[in-house]
Amino acid sequence: MAYLTFKDFKSDQEVRWCPGCGDHAVLAALQRALPKVSQALNYEKERYVVVSGIGCSSRLPYYMDTYGFHSIHGRATAISTGIKVANPTLTVWQACGDGDALAIGGNHFIHAIRRNIDINIMLFNNQIYGLTKGQYSPTSKFGAITKTSPYGTVEHPFNPGSLVLGAKGTFFARSLDVELKLNEEIMTAAALHDGCSVMEFLTNCVIFNDGAHKSLSDPALRADNTIVLRQGEKMIFGKNKDKGLVYDGKKLRVVRIGEGGFTEEDILVHDAHKDNISIHMALADMKGPDYPVALGVIRDVKDITYDDGVRDQVKDVMVKSKIHSMDELLHSGSTWEVE
Amino acid sequence: MQHKVIDTKDVVIRFAGDSGDGMQLTGSLFADMSAIYGNELSTFPDYPAEIRAPHGTVSGVSGFQVHIGSADVNTPGDFCDLLVAMNPAALKANAKWCKPTAMILVDGDAFDEAGMKKAGFKTEDPFTELHVEDRTLLVASITSLTEESLKDFGMDSKAVHKCKNMFTLGMACYIYSRPLEYIYQYLERKFSKKHPEMIEPNKKVLNDGFNYAANVQAIPNTYTVAPAKLKKGTYRNMTGNQATAWGLLAASEKSSLPLFCGSYPITPATAILEELAIHKSLGAKTLQAEDEIAGICTAIGAAFAGNLAVTTTSGPGLSLKSEALGLAVMAELPLVVVDVQRGGPSTGLPTKTEQTDLGQALYGRNGECPIPIVAAHSPANCFDAAFNAAKIALEHMTPVILLSEGFLGNGSEPWRIPSMADYPEIKPPFVDGVLSEGERYYPFQRDPETFVRRWALPGQKGFEHRVGGLEKTHEGVLSTDPANHAMMVAERAAKVQKIADFIPALDVDGPASGKLLVVGWGGTYGHILSAVHELREAGKDVSFAHFDYILPLPKNTAEVFSHFEKVIVCELNSGQFVNYLRGVYPQFDYLQFNKVQGQPFLVSELVSAINEAL
Repeated sequence: MAYLTFKDFKSDQEVRWCPGCGDHAVLAALQRALPKVSQALNYEKERYVVVSGIGCSSRLPYYMDTYGFHSIHGRATAISTGIKVANPTLTVWQACGDGDALAIGGNHFIHAIRRNIDINIMLFNNQIYGLTKGQYSPTSKFGAITKTSPYGTVEHPFNPGSLVLGAKGTFFARSLDVELKLNEEIMTAAALHDGCSVMEFLTNCVIFNDGAHKSLSDPALRADNTIVLRQGEKMIFGKNKDKGLVYDGKKLRVVRIGEGGFTEEDILVHDAHKDNISIHMALADMKGPDYPVALGVIRDVKDITYDDGVRDQVKDVMVKSKIHSMDELLHSGSTWEVE
Repeated sequence: MQHKVIDTKDVVIRFAGDSGDGMQLTGSLFADMSAIYGNELSTFPDYPAEIRAPHGTVSGVSGFQVHIGSADVNTPGDFCDLLVAMNPAALKANAKWCKPTAMILVDGDAFDEAGMKKAGFKTEDPFTELHVEDRTLLVASITSLTEESLKDFGMDSKAVHKCKNMFTLGMACYIYSRPLEYIYQYLERKFSKKHPEMIEPNKKVLNDGFNYAANVQAIPNTYTVAPAKLKKGTYRNMTGNQATAWGLLAASEKSSLPLFCGSYPITPATAILEELAIHKSLGAKTLQAEDEIAGICTAIGAAFAGNLAVTTTSGPGLSLKSEALGLAVMAELPLVVVDVQRGGPSTGLPTKTEQTDLGQALYGRNGECPIPIVAAHSPANCFDAAFNAAKIALEHMTPVILLSEGFLGNGSEPWRIPSMADYPEIKPPFVDGVLSEGERYYPFQRDPETFVRRWALPGQKGFEHRVGGLEKTHEGVLSTDPANHAMMVAERAAKVQKIADFIPALDVDGPASGKLLVVGWGGTYGHILSAVHELREAGKDVSFAHFDYILPLPKNTAEVFSHFEKVIVCELNSGQFVNYLRGVYPQFDYLQFNKVQGQPFLVSELVSAINEAL
């Protein structure tokens, strides 16, 4: 099979996101990640299906030269589930926004995670409703001033990571729109994960919520305000690589290496494959100013998938049952003859 | 007293008791036994929404009516020849369904002070209070006789009381000369694995009930109902919901596409999902979704991926699915949506039957959004209706709504088992496997005759394309161009109308022209047929046309109507079909007869309404 390149995944449609929108970068990362995934897993291009709901990010399927389904608001996860169960050989990628996946589509989102259906959900979190022009979303910060909260919101936001892990998600990763290379890594890891993979991309809406993630994306602040987690590596961060995370038996703590008796030895090593969810929860929950925001693959554990379960059960019953055709079914059970 | 055995053409028996008394089972057993005996039959369960409604109250009464006969059983019967009432509440709720000649069998033990009070009787004589004192009254101490019958088994009283229904069934079997063997076999099958100790007690109570009825000298006459002259073949009893599930499985086999059903449990449609979940050996996949919307959306996803996609629901669920139905129309994907209608609006009367979702099926979506509608007309006919709905969906690339009704879904009738060889293949408009050099697949290019688009499945090389809810051109490119939108709206509507070339013509029962044509659709078929036959036997000039296809209508509809002086449309709503007909064929004057009580028509009320129209 000839290797695919990012060009193979670019459709002929004009990309219509605003200049400077964070979605451009995530799309570019996807178009670069999928050739690598294809090579690693020996996938042909026609196996990809890109599904979306409604919102700015949900236009993504039109920009991918793959099978695509731009569905209705909030329902992408249900559509993806149906596609994967119907044909488990397909590889399903889903684009959805914070309003789409966590407000109107919140129910489908948590149930897809609970079932561990093998789909890859890219959650574009810009903390705002963009396509309807600037209303607060379920991830907008408490007090956010928007068109529908002119005096500030009076409701707490969801942390998508907590929601995913609370639903016993088997894969959760987080990144920033601008982290092109990390995003490719995360997408590849998601593709290799059997089960429901949720990738949260903190994206910037230049028009309605510009700078929402500035404390994380600003090159001057990023190193101190974020930590990139990599499998088997120490949880060290900071401009000078002098800060790290330790676990004191109850909670995570940020320490300075060489201060308070902490050496590099004491710093936690990231293990996304560990079944115990509590550290992953704590990592996903971290936020400023006391903690860095965790980026990278936070959790990636094995569990049975829904699509495998459905397929195996059908196979199993087919072997055990005596009924293999409609005629056999029609004559099964209680019948009687009329002469 | 001189005992007579009377041969009769048909009888109607209504079993009624507390919702925990096992009346549904008792009725079904009586029906199944009669089917095997060779009778024609029709059943009608009438039960409350609560699983165990307050004990002994009228609202908690569960009923099961069965009509058996030696010919022409089209309905479960208006009024009963035997009412079995296991407590005062059951008598109170059902006395009105007794024929003037009816027998009423009650459990005298249940008619104590407390029971009478719970049922809200004001006097000590319930029969007189309900004006049924002149019927043949059989007051048997069923509870204490059951206790006596089982005294040597060492069972606790709860287990003993669960066997009361067998005593009753035994009495009914004596009255209608039914052999007990079938019930013995049923009890052995049912209890052999988990509760073999329950087989003998149930058999004994059944037998004691039969013998008690024979010995008590209170039953003036017993009856025989001769087997019907049925067409030769193998028969089975089918409920409408089971037939619907099997019809969909048959369509899966005939299209060689795996069945996918995404559904959320809802009364009275749940049994379809349950039935499909059993038949994984035929490749059926069922997904019990997190909500109604996920039910249809998983099905739409499965359709996109190339399965025969189905979602099953009732009225409130159809409301929730509206937006996604629009998506299926826009994406032009095949999908069968089964709506087993119940009393509405809102939660309404979940366990009662109506035809009140027709308007929703026709119009209940945003935008110009036509969806073909097929209606089932009897429990067994649900099989063909489901098969045909799936065939239309797959061959015309459209969602199809199949309207069933609680009355059909829960009702049952014997069915002569067809051979699958007699059913047509289903041929979806799949693209040919390979594109020639330079050729491109345009997802919304249409067949010039049928306006049907071609279907390419994810996984097929070179056919990558996008579908979705936004308006597109034939090439699949997003477009807000006014002329393109107008064209696509017209083409989607035309595609649905062109299905009329593929459905059967409207049949007329009776003379093809005359004074009055009675029109019906859906589950009222049996009642209207009985009423029209009764009137024609009385010399009236009446014909009958029943619609299995609502959208599009059969092509000869106007032609059929034009041969009658008057048309009367009878339906279980306030006039949804008649108003639709008024819009499509305004050249005719329509009379209408409607009922919205959560109950099927009575043949007698149809007869008087039709008489009035003549």
